[in-house]
Amino acid sequence: MELSGAEILVRSLKDEGVEFLFGYPGGSVLHIYDALYRQDDVKHILVRHEQAATHAADGYARATGKPGVVLVTSGPGVTNAVTGIATAHMDSIPMVVITGQVPSAVIGSDAFQEVDAVGITRPCVKHNFLVKDVTKLAETIKKAFYVATTGRPGPVVIDVPKDMTDPTIKIPYHYPDKVTMRSYQPTIKGHSGQIKRAVDLLLTAKKPMIYSGGGVVLGNASEELRTFVRHLGYPITQTLMGLGSYPASDPQSLGMLGMHGTYEANMAMHDCDVLIAIGARFDDRVTGKIAEFCPDAKIIHIDIDPSSISKTITVDIPIVGEVSGVLQEMNHLLVTGKKEPKKKALAEWWKTINAWRATNCMNYDRSSEHIKPQRAIEIVHEITGGDAYITSDVGQHQMWAAQYYGFEKPNRWINSGGLGTMGFGLPAAMGVQLAYPEATVACVTGEGSIQMCIQELSTCLQYGLPIKIIALNNRYLGMVRQWQEFFYENRYSSSYMESLPDFVKLAESYGHVGIRIEDPKDLQAELERGFAMKDRLVFFDIVTDQTENVYPMIRAGKAHNEMHLSPYGGELPQDPQRELS
Amino acid sequence: MRHIISILIENEAGALSRVAGLFSARAYNIESLTVAPTEDPTLSRMTIVTEGTDRIVEQIIKQLNKLIDVVKLLDLSEGPHIEREMMLIKVKAATMAQREDVKRLSDIFRGNIIDVTPTTFTIELTGSGQKIDSFIEALAEHKIIETVRSGVSGIGRGEKSLQV
Ligand SMILES: Cc1cc2nc3c(=O)[nH]c(=O)nc-3n(C[C@H](O)[C@H](O)[C@H](O)COP(=O)(O)OP(=O)(O)OC[C@H]3O[C@@H](n4cnc5c(N)ncnc54)[C@H](O)[C@@H]3O)c2cc1C
Ligand SMILES: Cc1ncc(C[n+]2csc(CCOP(=O)(O)OP(=O)(O)O)c2C)c(N)n1
Ligand SMILES: [Mg+2]
Repeated sequence: MELSGAEILVRSLKDEGVEFLFGYPGGSVLHIYDALYRQDDVKHILVRHEQAATHAADGYARATGKPGVVLVTSGPGVTNAVTGIATAHMDSIPMVVITGQVPSAVIGSDAFQEVDAVGITRPCVKHNFLVKDVTKLAETIKKAFYVATTGRPGPVVIDVPKDMTDPTIKIPYHYPDKVTMRSYQPTIKGHSGQIKRAVDLLLTAKKPMIYSGGGVVLGNASEELRTFVRHLGYPITQTLMGLGSYPASDPQSLGMLGMHGTYEANMAMHDCDVLIAIGARFDDRVTGKIAEFCPDAKIIHIDIDPSSISKTITVDIPIVGEVSGVLQEMNHLLVTGKKEPKKKALAEWWKTINAWRATNCMNYDRSSEHIKPQRAIEIVHEITGGDAYITSDVGQHQMWAAQYYGFEKPNRWINSGGLGTMGFGLPAAMGVQLAYPEATVACVTGEGSIQMCIQELSTCLQYGLPIKIIALNNRYLGMVRQWQEFFYENRYSSSYMESLPDFVKLAESYGHVGIRIEDPKDLQAELERGFAMKDRLVFFDIVTDQTENVYPMIRAGKAHNEMHLSPYGGELPQDPQRELS
Repeated sequence: MRHIISILIENEAGALSRVAGLFSARAYNIESLTVAPTEDPTLSRMTIVTEGTDRIVEQIIKQLNKLIDVVKLLDLSEGPHIEREMMLIKVKAATMAQREDVKRLSDIFRGNIIDVTPTTFTIELTGSGQKIDSFIEALAEHKIIETVRSGVSGIGRGEKSLQV
């Protein structure tokens, strides 16, 4: 079969099993768009801004575990895509981004719409390629998918000069089944000796703690994690990225840890004697003050990426490997081994933890005359049976979604954790809804964030995506306002949002349904009414309490046992650490 | 501590910028970096001299290994190794006394005078970085017009080698 470069590109995507290509056309990719026009295996989704193409592909990847695929033109197409590429990179999301480039002959001459795509994206991709020979195009695409999806996943950029897709040059097409690269051999299997040492150490623990993260979601190891945690009977806390890989409602779950983690999770981290980190990377929002992180603990760390291990926190037993395999081996050792967890010590430990838990740190003012954002999220949970795909933007609303939705399954919670990209939520929801047309997909957002990619309401209309947008409208860049309240003596510098659009009319002008909710008494009924519109996009503009803060909160650089707590929590079991309430 | 890291990397356009970019993005020190093709045209060999605490050097090595184009890597400082650097240095040598002294110093350091004009000598000197530093120091009373240093190249002693 003889094909042009453009046809090879599209055919390779088909042979790779790509369903959706999120993109935006322009001069350097027109040959490719022409090839797309003449087939219907790979569905092209026309976004309204290249940033949204990358976030949509990213959302698709997070929900399905399959790589997201993007096509953008050279120059501004590439630079617009960078934010989304960096977002995926920080959270280790598999993605392949094809960028058009000016013809090879004029590269370097400041040609029209030329940017050094390989140079600009280098620091925020797992790898990138410049195609210099059309006979290597199919192989390069295969390599890109291989690198993006194996080991620690991440985005890969393929920069394709226009002459590589010339429709007049036809060459034989062959898509390789697999590729090997001598310079890339992702370590997969954990070292058995280390695994055995880790299990031995775990069973000596009197105050054990399990801390799991995004690696469990990425590595599809939720089942193994559940078996592991239940067998041991130890408490587990999860990072923002790990939510759902262990059910929130399970009694062994202490919820999220870190800056906005629960009182019990952070206190248990501080006091534990053996910590096992599973697919988590000791981010500074999690560790707080490094010098006081788990001061008494021996630490075990399972991670597929050696560079995640002992990067910020030195660990005692490193295990480099795929989390599912390592956990399977650990589970086997636990089941077949003679040793048991220390029952008596564990019972004491749970007593301490339950006392922390009894503070009810996530309680909030339930009798307010204003709509409480936390309540809105709880109702969304009830209406959706806790089974929706929830995407989010960045800010207070993101933390409330994380804290109050109660994720029971992996791949359901889709947010930008590492880069914290406002504008992520709506396009990510598009990717999820396309992947799962029948599922309930909701985007929890703020009136600030939603305006960063609001143009995608148009894309949602074009493809009939019935996303539910839950805008927690506090008229503030709330997360910024909260920091200003706590750390800048209420000097609200540029955090108030004036001149907001009428979101209901805005949604309607895009052909969707808008519902404004102002009274707490209407909250439940109006949300129910909107969610019942299964085939419509509904924009809920929920006017919430402007002064509400996210609790608990650990100031950046403080230790786990130094938390700001909500004034609505119960009494603390030991000396009050309340600095502010 | 100072470390000499040897790398075999795919000889692809942009490979050097991946390594250099990694050092600047992560604020690692880089004292010198040399790169050239090897007997296998698909591979380049790089020698990087860097400095940092054990934790930082461990991260540097892990991050370098993580680069997709890096085929193999060795921290030469972990075992016995040989380190060499080459310098070309142009020195003012106009008077008889200057010419004799520069020649004498060059001989002591086993340098080669490779270019001579009525007013200058250009000397080629190979050795460890330390030897080269000492030579420059020894030339202190003379006027140094130009120095060109190659940066360090290194190789393991004995059986130890870095190959694919
Ligand atoms: C406003 C805001 C507030 C935040 N507050 C908090 C907070 O309070 N608490 C919190 O936890 N986070 C918070 N975050 C998120 C935080 O910035 C980090 O993104 C997050 O903590 C990182 O999660 P993680 O450690 O699970 O790592 P991830 O970024 O999910 O990384 C996954 C790790 O697993 C490894 N891995 C990947 N695949 C596998 C596999 N198959 N097998 C083994 N290992 C694998 C990777 O190498 C990596 O080390 C906040 C973010 C924002 C924007
Ligand atoms: C692109 C981008 N710019 C700036 C920030 C910094 N930032 C983090 S949260 C936030 C406020 C978000 O406001 P809003 O969307 O209204 O959410 P709220 O906190 O009010 O719930 C800002 C500005 C960011 N995370 N991303
Ligand atoms: Mg807001």
